[in-house]
Amino acid sequence: MNLSENGSGGGAGAPTLVSRPARPATLILRSARLLDPRKGLDASRDLVIREGSIAELSEPGGAPEIQGAEVVDAEGLLAVPAFVDPHVHFRVPGQEHKEDLETGTRSAAAGGYCAVIAMANTSPPIDSAAVLGSVRDRAEREASVPVGFIATVTREMAGEELTEMAELRDAGAIGFSDDGLPIANARVLRRALQYQRLAGGVIALHEEDPDLSGEGVMHEGEVSAALGMAAIPSVSESTMIARDCSLALYEEARIHIQHLSARASVEEIARAKAAGVQVTCEAAPHHLALTDEAIRSLDARFKMNPPLRSEDDRRALIDGLRDGTIDCVATDHAPHASEDKEVPFEEAAMGVTGLETAFAALHTDLVLPGVLPLELVVERMTCGGEPFGIAAPRIEPGAIANVALIDPELTWRVGEQGYESRSHNNCFGGRELTGRVLMTVAAGRVAFRQRSFAMGVAS
Amino acid sequence: MKHLLAVEDLSREEMERILDRAESFAEVGRRDIKKVPTLRGRTIVNLFYEASTRTLSSFELAAKRLSADVVSVKSAGSSVDKGESLKDTVATLSAYDPAAIVIRSPHAGAAGLVAHWTDASVINAGDGKHEHPTQALLDVFTLRQRIGSLDGTNIWIVGDVMHSRVARSCLLAFRRMGATVTVCGPPTLIPRGVEALGAEVSYDLNGLTEADVVYALRMQRERMKESFVPSLREYASRYQIDSRRLGPRQLLMHPGPVNRGVELSPEVIDSPRSLITAQVESGLVVRMAILYELLTGTDRVEPKRGQAPADTPTVGQPA
Repeated sequence: MNLSENGSGGGAGAPTLVSRPARPATLILRSARLLDPRKGLDASRDLVIREGSIAELSEPGGAPEIQGAEVVDAEGLLAVPAFVDPHVHFRVPGQEHKEDLETGTRSAAAGGYCAVIAMANTSPPIDSAAVLGSVRDRAEREASVPVGFIATVTREMAGEELTEMAELRDAGAIGFSDDGLPIANARVLRRALQYQRLAGGVIALHEEDPDLSGEGVMHEGEVSAALGMAAIPSVSESTMIARDCSLALYEEARIHIQHLSARASVEEIARAKAAGVQVTCEAAPHHLALTDEAIRSLDARFKMNPPLRSEDDRRALIDGLRDGTIDCVATDHAPHASEDKEVPFEEAAMGVTGLETAFAALHTDLVLPGVLPLELVVERMTCGGEPFGIAAPRIEPGAIANVALIDPELTWRVGEQGYESRSHNNCFGGRELTGRVLMTVAAGRVAFRQRSFAMGVAS
Repeated sequence: MKHLLAVEDLSREEMERILDRAESFAEVGRRDIKKVPTLRGRTIVNLFYEASTRTLSSFELAAKRLSADVVSVKSAGSSVDKGESLKDTVATLSAYDPAAIVIRSPHAGAAGLVAHWTDASVINAGDGKHEHPTQALLDVFTLRQRIGSLDGTNIWIVGDVMHSRVARSCLLAFRRMGATVTVCGPPTLIPRGVEALGAEVSYDLNGLTEADVVYALRMQRERMKESFVPSLREYASRYQIDSRRLGPRQLLMHPGPVNRGVELSPEVIDSPRSLITAQVESGLVVRMAILYELLTGTDRVEPKRGQAPADTPTVGQPA
């Protein structure tokens, strides 16, 4: 399954996105504010979705009723191309007590996502066609939103021997990554980049120098000095980005840098892009909205890797997102069980959930204060699949419907009504955010609707 | 005050109230009968996840001098070693309805977490490399006894600042009491960003003559392994406080235990300028004052579950 006719995953064999079958939606969103920044569309229209495809955009109130169609009064609501997240952890196989494909995709749909890319650092890792096949089978039964599966670059994520990348690609791997761990050995990464000429598939990189990170649990700066915690300097990330961009240039390979966190990293990417390196990169809502000051609370919900950094780093990430140095937003949705987080900060697992709050957090902290325009945030949240060959969804007649319907003025307290994710380690938990996804249409199917959000059905 | 988690949370007035009370307990300590009935019938749990000699013994003795019942749970041999989580251990110990839990943990923020999980008052006896507030209070007390006010004094904290919770708590406490603080040590052992805590930074002892007080930190022998210092020999040559570097009017402090011949030369340890033994003495009375402050303080909630009200304090009122 692809998000649109022209959105080829690029794989030689199996399609790269999988989800469970569902009834194609037929519905009319009346008088919604349709916003598709890539098409320059921003107007009040009736959006007609028929049998899973966008049928027409009519003048407000002008679309004729369709027998059996759900009709939504969307006046004052925002309809945007649904989001694509290039970086989630769904914990299948092996840690289903944290998340599985059913809860993970439900969480994605609740955040307005129509496609996600799941990382391979599972237990065991997705490092063989057999494991990949098993998770794809499960996605065909359980995923309410199309999921693309990454396979690891190295066997058992040990950073030593390459996986059978060509076979994995034929079996539907959307790309490759050892995310969770860096590929510390430059020779191993170089071989993978060379092998990409045969296997294809972008290689996504978690950039961190393990020697510089050491036992670090948070950003190195004034806050770590005050708390006395071992720290991860920003150069742990930026020096590896510089190394890997040089390797990618030398081997003419395509790489995608995951979860940028530091100013120096943004600067390395800008230099690499100017030099012609085929590199894309992503930044996470928590890095765009929060800083290490949050860790003064010693609340383990603020613990993730890469860590929350300084205000100066956060500003650089925002600027990078604005000027296009950073290509897209990725949540790095990383569910953990409560017993992994209800421990002292240094002991806690790294990672935060983020699918359900990504738009609301960016809308509240960046759009409403006027830091970034809404159009830009929507654009950067919809194009996350592009590095992996998944075209961004569009709102145009003929396209498969991938639409998020959002109430931009609804203020809600995160976690008050629970989470769709099986895990609750959301770093925005307890905060009031403004802007909430009411309904998500993914690959032509209604994947999510707010329980409180009523809809009329035409008879 | 319900908990004592960090010096950062304390105002100068709160610190002075505790220290004034400690002075009256010091007076009790000079009597033949050193025990007072203040906390009779109340239970204090010491929960220690790290080895400790002076802090644990001083908390035990402080509780006993106040007539409390004391249970000390140490990491070795307890369910802590059987994989029980901190949360579950605290729930278990809270079932005894303790008035206070004194916790030492190798992890920053542990005491704060415990405070969320129990009705008891929580005292941080050291959390990771974060804070050790009772040590800082006893150090301020010791200095006050010797020199009166800390206002305008110049204090140097010398050594492995990065790995020292004592350095952090003392820096905050000394500053709050009006002192100027310089941290000094090898650049590898001074945390990046420490200036934000209000300290001057020096990488050598050249300016040490300006100090009224030199507070030396323990230098762990393992630090060479991670390339923090090339050798203890080179460390000692640059940072050891000896009789050549310590002037006749400068006071010397150390939180113990001392590595003789590493951070301090033997002769300064035993010199009259050294307050190291006085610090240990202060530890007892300051910890008594902290228990008193938290467990009999004016804003204390009413006793629960038919517990008898605490004895009216008969001694220990500030003069």
